[in-house]
Amino acid sequence: MTDLHAPPEQRAPRRRRSFWAIAGERLLETVIRLSGISAIIFVLLIFFFVFREAAPTLVSDSFSLREFLFSVEWYPTSASNVRYGILGLIVGTACVSGLAVLIAVPFSLGSAIFIGEFCGPRLREALKVVIELLAAIPSVVWGFIGLTVTSRIVMASTGAPVGVNVLNGGVILALMCVPIITSIAEDALKAVPDSYREAALALGANRWQTVRRVLLPAAKTGLLAAVLLGVGRAVGETMAVLMATGHAVHIPDGLLDSVRTLTANIAAELGEAPAGSEHYRVLFLTGVLLFLITFVINLAADLVVRGVRRER
Amino acid sequence: MWNSRLTTAPFLAAGLAVCLGACGQSATPARTIIQVKGSDTMVNVAQAWAEEYSNVAPNVEVEVSGGGSGVGIAALIRGTIDIANASREMKPAELEQARTNTGQEAREFIVGYDALAVYVHKDNPISEVNLELLARIFAEDGDVTRWSQLGVTLPGVSDDTIVRVSRQSSSGTYEFFREHALGNRDFKLGSRDMNGSKEVVELVGHTLTAIGYSGMGYATPAVKMLPLAPSGGGPAVAPTVEATLSRAYPLARSLQVYTLGEPTGEVRRYVDWMLSAEGQRILQENGYVPVSGAPAGS
Repeated sequence: MTDLHAPPEQRAPRRRRSFWAIAGERLLETVIRLSGISAIIFVLLIFFFVFREAAPTLVSDSFSLREFLFSVEWYPTSASNVRYGILGLIVGTACVSGLAVLIAVPFSLGSAIFIGEFCGPRLREALKVVIELLAAIPSVVWGFIGLTVTSRIVMASTGAPVGVNVLNGGVILALMCVPIITSIAEDALKAVPDSYREAALALGANRWQTVRRVLLPAAKTGLLAAVLLGVGRAVGETMAVLMATGHAVHIPDGLLDSVRTLTANIAAELGEAPAGSEHYRVLFLTGVLLFLITFVINLAADLVVRGVRRER
Repeated sequence: MWNSRLTTAPFLAAGLAVCLGACGQSATPARTIIQVKGSDTMVNVAQAWAEEYSNVAPNVEVEVSGGGSGVGIAALIRGTIDIANASREMKPAELEQARTNTGQEAREFIVGYDALAVYVHKDNPISEVNLELLARIFAEDGDVTRWSQLGVTLPGVSDDTIVRVSRQSSSGTYEFFREHALGNRDFKLGSRDMNGSKEVVELVGHTLTAIGYSGMGYATPAVKMLPLAPSGGGPAVAPTVEATLSRAYPLARSLQVYTLGEPTGEVRRYVDWMLSAEGQRILQENGYVPVSGAPAGS
């Protein structure tokens, strides 16, 4: 765009542009604007359609929202007494995702700091390529590894009767989250201006002090965003947890118990639920709940980031 | 989606096959594609049939996918497949749905018999169970949660909690077991719900404290099948071919395929071929009991 606010005598002498050049520019501008707001449109449409499929259950007499949220009893196809309680699934999702984040965050922040601040340029390039490769592994392959490799290791090392359990799912999910958190956290650290590092160095800080006292506080928002994206991935992941967690509906006794997650439950059951049946609608309602969970996480992240900004 | 991913692959393959067939050899007659879907119990034998049938009728291609009897029947009701495999019978409500949706009656063919075997780890000393005990282990109000309650001591196990291995709810095996072993009561929460017949046996084979149910064709050396006594007493019967045919084994069931209306053309020929001596031999090789009765050479 031309600089209209500059005084006329400083403006470059304007070449007359053809009609097509102007039209082309306008068109491009519209396209870019549309792609910009398309994200909002898509999110709203997705929410609308998922909610529309789920809505009839909310008003149906046989359905109680309280039972849905606070009962463990999930019997969608029972012959005598159909019950839709997803507390076990919510707890399952929380356990597996929580464990995954607990494992993944220290590892990925550590590797981001190492890549960004401590290692030499050649090792850095090699590490970045490998980490990107890790991010490119499809989730079904991770699930396969969880089913056949890590479950055996979990069984052998802990003596658990069944290898596909919370620990196994958490480890697999952590492996999937690490590359995402690492690469975003590394970008956040890179975005800290070099003048900060120079100032720290000038004050006589060593590398560790620079990282702990200067870089981490300066990159706080970016690091938080990285962690929350990791949480989002952990909550929303389906295929890997479907294969690696053992698929048992209940509140787990411990890390070595099998669970089922909200996502895995939808994946496993939507295929058989006749379209429009109550089971089908309840599964969509589970989808709405998942949507709300990720929405709340993102909103919280946003508020925290804003709060941090205001403090400065 | 687990199920739909699995099922789109054959469609794509079918599309490709049509294209290749049409583009490559325009002289040969058009290929007919028969879509088969349903029971995970029957998916092995259905695959074997499909492979063998390509030698019998090279112009017919049979596409097989699993997902569970419920998934196959739902697809038949929608009219998207030609044949549904089911390890349970269609329910009256489903027959009604098929009628209203497609205007055709679902036609049933019994293609074989299967015994639903109860599997435990090969090192488990238990020698037999009865249906009541199974219900006490698997059903919602059942009180048995530990092997010690059954007087079974497992070697080298500190926690002898019974690990119940079950099937996902779209499975015909799941519904058959619920109906015939649990008397339509619900399963106790916390069972490991596997996505296939083979996975059940695999998990039981790896877990000393596990008990699970699956088709008799899936037995491996790592597990043993328990003889089963009917409820209300009587001797325990092992899941053998003879006991399945005579229905002396309490969890014997028929395996069926369903078509919409009386099948015609290639589908008719395919179903007839399944029931022929050749088709039944393949069924038997896969560990099931043929309909014709007398098992040849076993």
